[in-house]
Amino acid sequence: MAEIEIRALRKAFDGAEVLKGVDLTIHDGEFISLVGPSGCGKSTLLRVIAGLEPQSSGEVRIDGASADGVRPSARNLAMVFQSYALYPHLSVFDNIAVPLRMKRLSALERAPFVGRLMPGRRRAERVIRDDVERVAAQLEISPLLKRKPGQLSGGQRQRVAVGRAIVRQPRAFLFDEPLSNLDAKLRVHMRAEIAQLHRQLKTTFIYVTHDQAEAMTMSGRIAVMIGGELIQAGAPAAVYEDPCDIRVAEFVGTPKINAFPGRIRSDGRLETLGHVLHMATPAPEGECRICVRPERIELASQGLLSGTVVHLENLGSEAFVHIGSAGTDAPVVARVNDPSQVPAIGATVGYGFAPEAVRAFDVDGKRIATSIPSRVERPREMAVV
Amino acid sequence: MTPRARMLLCSAIRHIVLHAGALVMLTPFIWMVSTASKPQTEIFSSDLHLIPYHFALWDNLRIAFAKADLWRYLLNGLIVTTSIFGLQVLVALPAAYALSKLRFLGRDVLFALVVFCILIPPQATAIPVFLLLHKLGVLDSYAALVLPFTISVFGIFLMRQFFKTVPDDLIDAARMDGISEFGIVWRVMLPTAIPAVTAFGIFSVVAHWNDYFWPLIVLNSEHLQTPPLAVAHFRNNEAGANYGPLMAAAMVIIAPLVIAFLFAQRRFIEGITLTGIK
Repeated sequence: MAEIEIRALRKAFDGAEVLKGVDLTIHDGEFISLVGPSGCGKSTLLRVIAGLEPQSSGEVRIDGASADGVRPSARNLAMVFQSYALYPHLSVFDNIAVPLRMKRLSALERAPFVGRLMPGRRRAERVIRDDVERVAAQLEISPLLKRKPGQLSGGQRQRVAVGRAIVRQPRAFLFDEPLSNLDAKLRVHMRAEIAQLHRQLKTTFIYVTHDQAEAMTMSGRIAVMIGGELIQAGAPAAVYEDPCDIRVAEFVGTPKINAFPGRIRSDGRLETLGHVLHMATPAPEGECRICVRPERIELASQGLLSGTVVHLENLGSEAFVHIGSAGTDAPVVARVNDPSQVPAIGATVGYGFAPEAVRAFDVDGKRIATSIPSRVERPREMAVV
Repeated sequence: MTPRARMLLCSAIRHIVLHAGALVMLTPFIWMVSTASKPQTEIFSSDLHLIPYHFALWDNLRIAFAKADLWRYLLNGLIVTTSIFGLQVLVALPAAYALSKLRFLGRDVLFALVVFCILIPPQATAIPVFLLLHKLGVLDSYAALVLPFTISVFGIFLMRQFFKTVPDDLIDAARMDGISEFGIVWRVMLPTAIPAVTAFGIFSVVAHWNDYFWPLIVLNSEHLQTPPLAVAHFRNNEAGANYGPLMAAAMVIIAPLVIAFLFAQRRFIEGITLTGIK
């Protein structure tokens, strides 16, 4: 159980700055995901928290005490690695027992041959065996205890790695992309298991992933990191609905959010592709980006915008229609909930979106506040622009 | 010529070349076994024959064991090679770990120096080392045979290349579990590197078991002599060399290596392929 505070954390490798001043408070018992594209510094942040990498400046505080200069093992955090990092020469039992042996036995008791003769060793080993067996039963790996990691499947190794982490009852768990080596089906299954584990242990979980779906589905809060900076932290739904930066809006959600070139007019109204939107902003006149999630794009035979269908993705339960249209760089993606209703490739379709669906960003990518003027003023305007 | 015939021909040529190479390698050994099995008169006879007319191997072996204390020399060889190998591992593993997995200033320069040291032949440094051992007063002892070889740059290089292939996550996991840096070397790296250590062990043991040059320089006492020096006993400038027992003694001293190789053959090849020295 631990609250972890990160203050103005910077980290540079050979002059290249990987973390550019990260501030984050992780509450006791929280499940937080650090998510971002590859190379955004999220793994480095995790390794600094673990103590495996010293920071260049800034501070990590665990339960109010500064962790600077404290050895990784003394921080009492447990980490699960992407490659599982099981000791290949040790059995599953010994792999899980290592952290306990290191903590509970003296150097002399651990020594080969001599250790067996030490008086306290046998009693300590008995307690360790009980603890390992309890954890193995909890993770349903009891039948595997005698095997070597090489004889296990990916999912089983994952469980052993988790077992090695939970057996020492750490103050917090650090996960470094633990599911990225598993196949898609198993990944979804393990997601549920890790979320379940968090509900059971009620300990602080810090979970690093580049897969935003993983972050969205498991965690209570996600922290989006891009280019060494923490851009936005909040509940998954809040980050999805209310991104504060266009990079967050583009990273969170698949397929990617649609971005239309837009303008803020002098009267405060927004316009895109020659159409004035029914929304106003206090932001100054100038260029902007108008972003709309694929599920908020509505196909209509007479939508105000139109384009040609260039690609279709039918997932069975839903379908994505890619519409090439003049004025946008990338095709516009629209989600169709009924795949039987998708237009054919090459067909011309009209589309539109409600003003509520629009998230507008300025040229620097920062979110622009928008409001929808009361409908009473202009009762004749359509809901779809 | 049909393609099938051409393939057969190519295959035949390949085998002939390989067999010729094997024959060149094996001839001295065959000759050794043959000579060791012949009585003195047949060795010096003018006609060449591999199979002796009178089988005299047991007599030659008996003479060899009577003339020199071969068991003592074999024991010396065992003591020297195992202590050299043990100390080499003790030095090479932590050094290789530091060179492959720790980040510190000047690491790459140090590694370049290690690689450079492989190029220096041991004979080049023989005289300074001899003088050093003389000053230390350890000439003519086991220490003189062992000490100069405790730091094996080849061993450091070989282990470093192997350690490079061990994932960093494993080391980080060990650190999270509370294992110290030296603990990581012995409890994590050594067990994963067993094939490489075995390969290095075979190189090291063979080289120092067969070393003739260094023991000849630093030793005077007969009771410390290593197996290759023992064979030299059978050479006698005045009376002429006694080749039958000499070859029999040679057979005795290479036997442990051959037997050890046969047992460890699979591990050996595994180690060589694993470390990328193919």
